[in-house]
Amino acid sequence: MATYEFRVNDAAVEFDGDGATPLLWVLREPLNLTGTKFGCGTGQCGACTVHVNGRARRSCITPVASVVDSRITTIEGLAASSDKLHPVQQAWIEHAVPQCGYCQAGQIMATADLLRRNKSPSDADINAELTNICRCGTYPRIRRAVHRAAELLASEESNDA
Amino acid sequence: MRDATVTTPRMNRRQLFVSGSTLAGAWIVGIPVTSLLADDGPGDRQLGYFIEIRPDGDVIIGSNQPEIGQGVRTALPMLVAEELDVEWSTVTVRSMPLGLVKTDDGFTWKYGSQGVGGSTGLTRNFDYMRELGATARGQLIRAAARRWEVDPATCRTEPGVVVCDDIAQRAPYAELIESAATLPMPDESPTLKAQSDYRIVGKAQQPVDLEAIVTGKAKYGIDTREPDMRFAVIARSPVLNGRVAKIDASAARGIDGVLDVFEIEGPAPGAPYQILAHGVAVVATSTWAAIKGREALNIEWEPGPNATDSTEQFWADNEAMLNGTGQVVVDDGDYDAAMASATHTVVRRYRVPFANHAPLEPQNCYAYVDGDRCHIIAPTQTPGGASRSAAWATGLDRERIHVDFTRVGGGFGRRLTNDYVAEAALISKRTGWPIQLQWTREDDMRNDFFRPAGLHEMRAGLDGFNNVVAWTQRLASASKYYRRPNMTDDKLWEAELYSDDFPRRIVENLRLEYFNHPIGVPRGSWRAPAHTANAFVIQSFIDEVADATGQDPLELRVKLFGEERELEYGNHGGPTFNPGRLTRLTKFVAEKIDYARERPAMRGVGLAAHFTFGGYAAHAIEVSVNDAGEFTIERIVAAIDCGFAVHPNAVKAQLEGGTVDGISTALGLEITVRDGQIEQSNFHDYPLARIGVFPAAFEAHILPYGETPTGVGEMGIPSAAPALTNAIFAATGVRIRDLPIKNQLRDALA
Repeated sequence: MATYEFRVNDAAVEFDGDGATPLLWVLREPLNLTGTKFGCGTGQCGACTVHVNGRARRSCITPVASVVDSRITTIEGLAASSDKLHPVQQAWIEHAVPQCGYCQAGQIMATADLLRRNKSPSDADINAELTNICRCGTYPRIRRAVHRAAELLASEESNDA
Repeated sequence: MRDATVTTPRMNRRQLFVSGSTLAGAWIVGIPVTSLLADDGPGDRQLGYFIEIRPDGDVIIGSNQPEIGQGVRTALPMLVAEELDVEWSTVTVRSMPLGLVKTDDGFTWKYGSQGVGGSTGLTRNFDYMRELGATARGQLIRAAARRWEVDPATCRTEPGVVVCDDIAQRAPYAELIESAATLPMPDESPTLKAQSDYRIVGKAQQPVDLEAIVTGKAKYGIDTREPDMRFAVIARSPVLNGRVAKIDASAARGIDGVLDVFEIEGPAPGAPYQILAHGVAVVATSTWAAIKGREALNIEWEPGPNATDSTEQFWADNEAMLNGTGQVVVDDGDYDAAMASATHTVVRRYRVPFANHAPLEPQNCYAYVDGDRCHIIAPTQTPGGASRSAAWATGLDRERIHVDFTRVGGGFGRRLTNDYVAEAALISKRTGWPIQLQWTREDDMRNDFFRPAGLHEMRAGLDGFNNVVAWTQRLASASKYYRRPNMTDDKLWEAELYSDDFPRRIVENLRLEYFNHPIGVPRGSWRAPAHTANAFVIQSFIDEVADATGQDPLELRVKLFGEERELEYGNHGGPTFNPGRLTRLTKFVAEKIDYARERPAMRGVGLAAHFTFGGYAAHAIEVSVNDAGEFTIERIVAAIDCGFAVHPNAVKAQLEGGTVDGISTALGLEITVRDGQIEQSNFHDYPLARIGVFPAAFEAHILPYGETPTGVGEMGIPSAAPALTNAIFAATGVRIRDLPIKNQLRDALA
């Protein structure tokens, strides 16, 4: 047993326990950040997607020992502030994407990472990059919302300029 | 709402609604409630009302149905808000718990029946919710009229305000609630709005909980966190109907955090299911510790009576059964004579595999058996069933069991069954701890009430004018009515062949024949149950008949479905079936996809349409096929006729999602058994389709019909798969008769 220190949503946290414990279960149980979901435990469905040092990572197959000193962002910390959602979240609302909603935190985290790397993804880019599973079948709306989020991000950047 | 005091419990004539006020000065309308555990039970001891209007003008509407993604938590409150006449944006929706009232001969519903399945969540509550809103609005009008000393008939409402034009007075609802709370409830039923006057219902509204979902704040069953909660997993028998022979738990008990290990007794082979399997429970201080403890268990299993079951043998048996004679369950006209005199006959066999529900939120349940009472928090489609499961597990009276139900991470029929609730209650009863039971994906893949598999033989006889004069469907399958109480063998077919489905009363000489297979795979209701199999088979076969007799698939469908007329329909979704509504939808999707246009080689369009539980849907799908024999879905046009669309945003979402589900399942999903064990374990070998399968050209259309809504949760699935395989045939001439499609096209073209 050891203590593992890292940052989650800009706060310093520590976990005492087995370093092999997946980050997912550390977030969900001791840290009580339940927005990150358990879907498969094998890194396939993406419901557990978080950002580790700014890149999307499937937290169900990420041992907590591997994120020491890292910056973790979860769905709870994605928005810049409580009164201003992230453009991907805004686009998800505009297109009323969720049905059951269970996978959507992971979908949103994966999309936020994609748009950071590719400001205007094509449909082919979306097909290649977004591999998260949605069991309800919200894919047509996710696709539209990704394009919309890219627009919102572009307009944010031009406003900042 | 511990401070709620119902001051004027006056029942109306249907003994449904009462109104009163809370200590905080809010007005509430709903149903009288004495909470089952009102004294000091766990959690927030809850609303007995559907409507609360607060002095500051906030409007809170209770939601009494499980939300599984179908939108009922938005649609039902929309109906209340419409008749209450408030702005939708001012409404907050709050969850209600399960409400049961003990009666002389059992239990009855306190807040109306609570449960979602068979696409009935909205339709069963359509009148109730509107009458509730209208009753409350009537009280506010009477309160205003009394204040102004005018006839209530001279008053009307605008959103949130009562208005009397004669004396030019206006009063916001919040100013009237104190007075409204003192008025007796009316004896007569309220007058409901005309649909043409709707401002909320039938329009695009923002779904409830949308912002909570995208910010990670929405709570599912898995997110339940209660004081002193322990975490549990169960190692279940890997063999169907196996038992624990010997447990060595010494290593498991040595895992840090593991608190207890014990056996869970499952049902006897063939007995009705309360839980699915024998197993060994591991209780720990965290889910991960429980999982690690389970990995460290050394269990010897006794394989039991199904240890040699296999799907390979299942299919061989079914082929053999179809060569014999089964139970004839429908025999209209003179099938044998019509078939004997037919000019053309077409005979084909189709195979539909077992499928897993695979909701993305694996099964889980919070249970706390605390002496003579029990608290359950579960993601379930049937909270009443959860109460029964907990009562079975604990032996407690259902009055002592309080059930809260959360937002559900996918239903698809899996959570009509509450076996995981029973398991959690068993573990809590044994340990005395509040328990969160968690299933892993592997648990969920191998322990399910799977969609039944079946082998279908279709035969059609056509006369010299290419009219279909004889038709039969012969099905050998594993009936869903497996291990159910009070079930006899002669009824097993009723779950797998809906006797009044197309082409009943359309083709005069019709025979349906059934053969049951006794394989030990648990079976249950999988979204649109037998419709997914039968629509695939029938809608594929129509295309095959068209091809064999030189007819166009669209023209043959239009000829068979025919004009609008109401046919008697005695199965779920009746009392009538109007095949002309399928004609309208089929023509619509065909036109949208430009069906008549000549396509280049290796490109084709497929059509299909089906009537499901009262609603109608059709699909047109276009595919292209490359030189390697791989196909791409180029375009999807889906259309639904659900009568009056209450919550159109959700109707379209269900149509889109059903289409995705139907295609995803047809492409690659199959549960197989070898040596009595389910072979699939996770999404690598049960590959739900990802976004890349579905084209950007994906349209969902609503075709309105009349003023009565039907359900929408299941209608989008059945016609999707046959539209896809019909498109593959149109592009290549290769007919896919066995699901899933997998690499069959590539292999056929190689």
